[in-house]
Amino acid sequence: MKKSKILMFVGVLLLGSLFVLPLWNISLEAPQYPEAIGMNIHINKIADMNPSDIKNINIMNHYVGMKDIPEVLPEFKIFPYVIIAMMILGLIIAFKLNYKWYLAWFIVMCLLGTAGMYDFYLWEYDYGHTLRENAAIKFQNPDGTPLAYQPPLLGTKTILNFVAHSYPRSGAYLLFTGMLLSLIAFFQGKKGS
Amino acid sequence: MKNIFKKALLFLLPLGIFTACGTNNSKSNSALAEGAAEKVYVKPGDHDEFYAFVSGGFSGQLAVYGLPSGRLFKVIPVFSQDAEKAYGYNEETKPMLNTSFGFVPWDDAHHPDISQTAGELDGRFLFINGNNTPRIAKIDLTTFETTEILEIPNSAGNHSSSFVTENTEYVVAGTRFSVPIPQKDMPIKDYKGNFKGSLSFISVDPKDGAMDIKFQIIMPGFNYDLSHPGRGDSHGWFFFTTYNTEEASTLLEVNASQNDKDFIAAINWKKVEAFVNGGGGKKMATNYAHNVYSDETHSATSTMRKEVTVVDPRDIPGAVYLLPTPKSPHGCDVDPSGEYIVGNGKLSSNLTVHSFSKMIKAIEAKNFDGDAYGIPILNFEAINAGTVQQAGLGPLHTEFDGEGNAYTTFFISSEVVKWKLKTWEVIDRKPTYYSVGHLMIPGGNSRKPFGKYALAMNKITKDRYLPTGPEVTQSAQLFDISGDKMELLLDFPTIGEPHYAAGIPANLIAPKSKKFYALEDNKHPYAVKSEADTRVERKGNDVHIYMTTIRSHFAPDNIEGIKVGDKVYFHVTNLEQDYDVPHGISMIGANTSELLIMPGQTETFTWEPKKVGVWPFYCTDFCSALHQEMQGYVRVSPSGSNTKLSWSLGEDIE
Ligand SMILES: [Cu+2]
Repeated sequence: MKKSKILMFVGVLLLGSLFVLPLWNISLEAPQYPEAIGMNIHINKIADMNPSDIKNINIMNHYVGMKDIPEVLPEFKIFPYVIIAMMILGLIIAFKLNYKWYLAWFIVMCLLGTAGMYDFYLWEYDYGHTLRENAAIKFQNPDGTPLAYQPPLLGTKTILNFVAHSYPRSGAYLLFTGMLLSLIAFFQGKKGS
Repeated sequence: MKNIFKKALLFLLPLGIFTACGTNNSKSNSALAEGAAEKVYVKPGDHDEFYAFVSGGFSGQLAVYGLPSGRLFKVIPVFSQDAEKAYGYNEETKPMLNTSFGFVPWDDAHHPDISQTAGELDGRFLFINGNNTPRIAKIDLTTFETTEILEIPNSAGNHSSSFVTENTEYVVAGTRFSVPIPQKDMPIKDYKGNFKGSLSFISVDPKDGAMDIKFQIIMPGFNYDLSHPGRGDSHGWFFFTTYNTEEASTLLEVNASQNDKDFIAAINWKKVEAFVNGGGGKKMATNYAHNVYSDETHSATSTMRKEVTVVDPRDIPGAVYLLPTPKSPHGCDVDPSGEYIVGNGKLSSNLTVHSFSKMIKAIEAKNFDGDAYGIPILNFEAINAGTVQQAGLGPLHTEFDGEGNAYTTFFISSEVVKWKLKTWEVIDRKPTYYSVGHLMIPGGNSRKPFGKYALAMNKITKDRYLPTGPEVTQSAQLFDISGDKMELLLDFPTIGEPHYAAGIPANLIAPKSKKFYALEDNKHPYAVKSEADTRVERKGNDVHIYMTTIRSHFAPDNIEGIKVGDKVYFHVTNLEQDYDVPHGISMIGANTSELLIMPGQTETFTWEPKKVGVWPFYCTDFCSALHQEMQGYVRVSPSGSNTKLSWSLGEDIE
């Protein structure tokens, strides 16, 4: 088998790790939480970083009128199928089609990834901005608008007494690696042809 | 040495024996060496190196300190009711204090000891004795809560207790006072020959630590004062000091001080165990309480047990011997190798050390000096390993550093004396402030002492702290024993009268400490696991409130339809699943304490409303930013009125 084919094959298989490993993590540090609490985001669920973390985040967030973190988002029903579809497609490409298709697969993955991140941002925006009218505590920005509690899409941000961290986790790193391999496979194939 | 002895005597006479006499009464701070503060300073946020579990004596409790800082972390309620934690007040823990005498919400807690595996501390459980109404308690060191209390029948003044064998096969309970066994109405003057002393061997289940009296040895009517297990070669033996071998029954101060030598009773418990396993011993009818607390139901049950196996030592040849020991010995301490048994004669100025190997040889050679009630008395010279001459006044208790050195406390001359095993020479002495009782080196009662610190527990403090009226604190003093000379580092106040302590490296316990109780494992019969399930039920005059707490409200928070004459049970479940987030609850006029409910736990208190009105309850533990808002009301109607039973949360808002 050609080297490019193997690279493409391995790259596609790495997507499978998303069914086991978390994609993303949002954690919160505060004086009262020296050990940080947080959640791991998988392609099909949001899970506790440590036992009962999500419950504790909800308890704290209810003071400012935030909604509970859902265990399952509607997107979680679709994501696994998208991943499976891309894996099947990728394997067909790897075995049957030539290197030019590797690039096509890579570009589709990039588009899907961007769409996923945008969707994630929309959820974060809604989660951080939609507050109950009768919240016990209402904080305002200096301009008088209600304070938002949106966690960062990527990076670290201070929200009141919390420092929120939002970073990719092992699943995402393997996903990126897989995509990178498909790109390398493309150049390898191009060089060989 | 002689000088100190004479000087001490001079002080003794005018002041009277057994009051605090400072023979070393140089103004104390000068005793503190340079750099002591740095050695005990634990930076804010840093953790101590050792846990010290210090008995609370007449407080009935056990205090947890950090070493070297001396900071108090927790008072664990054991034998006494504790309003701070609702222990002995809530319905769940009341059964823990049940005895054959009924509810006894106090005891005199003396000697803590930590469980061992292969002669080393394993940090699973801690045992402590209740002296007054004989009991042994077990504390679970993942929760730092008392989880089992076993009453000891045929016993009185459970003092030579609660020490464990090398693999925690047994924890012992030895009677200080001999009594008629079984109890009966008889003249006290007929004590001699008729009263008996019981030594109880309580088996500890290796899986869950469950305690059970395996057998009681019915000994002659001496006073059994302290004890220690053998280890190494002497594993399988247990040693108990005795006093009042005169068997006097009045003015013991004089009458129990007549014999030049009392005894250390050496018990070959493996022999007795084999005898009992082979069907030996007698089943004796009796009545004693066995109380067990479950972390699943968050409740205790008390069962009355009706039988105990008793054995007569004369029926088991070779199981029990008496080692002559001068003079009214208190401490009975076995060195880490198990070879040396130190008997501290309170009224002697010498320390007598017995040799285990010589003891075995003397037994084989039948080198006896008669017997007491059929129990052979071994020849003193044949078993004596050596004597520490004129080490001080009033030796009480000895610990070991694992480096061949021993440390003995001297009550009357108020000092700790360091001496060497095998050569029996005194190496160092340091004054204590004042009247030191016991001493603790972490791991002291094991094959592996952690010989870095020694903690002396003092009876009297007088000029050491700001005065607090006639009652001043008792205290502990920390010595650095890592060098040739002991160095006083710190003294700190203690709870009650500390009798003994057990110390252990923090890393053997801290990683296993529980952070909260999983709600899904809560099997309390009145637990509710969501607000949707909260309710109020009436059964005649009993009203059961199934309530939950979470930051920052109770569910329900308004309850109506309670009547004067009702008995109201508040069953409260804390729905939190976060470390260090308990909630409390108290009810105006309740004749009990508040509850302090750990995350995931259910607790119950009862309230019998006596007055018509609308009465508030509230959270007693500052739990959140809106803690002050965490409250509710109960409407109490006249008895016989027809106010409907109802409950609600937030309904008039939305
Ligand atoms: Cu509260």
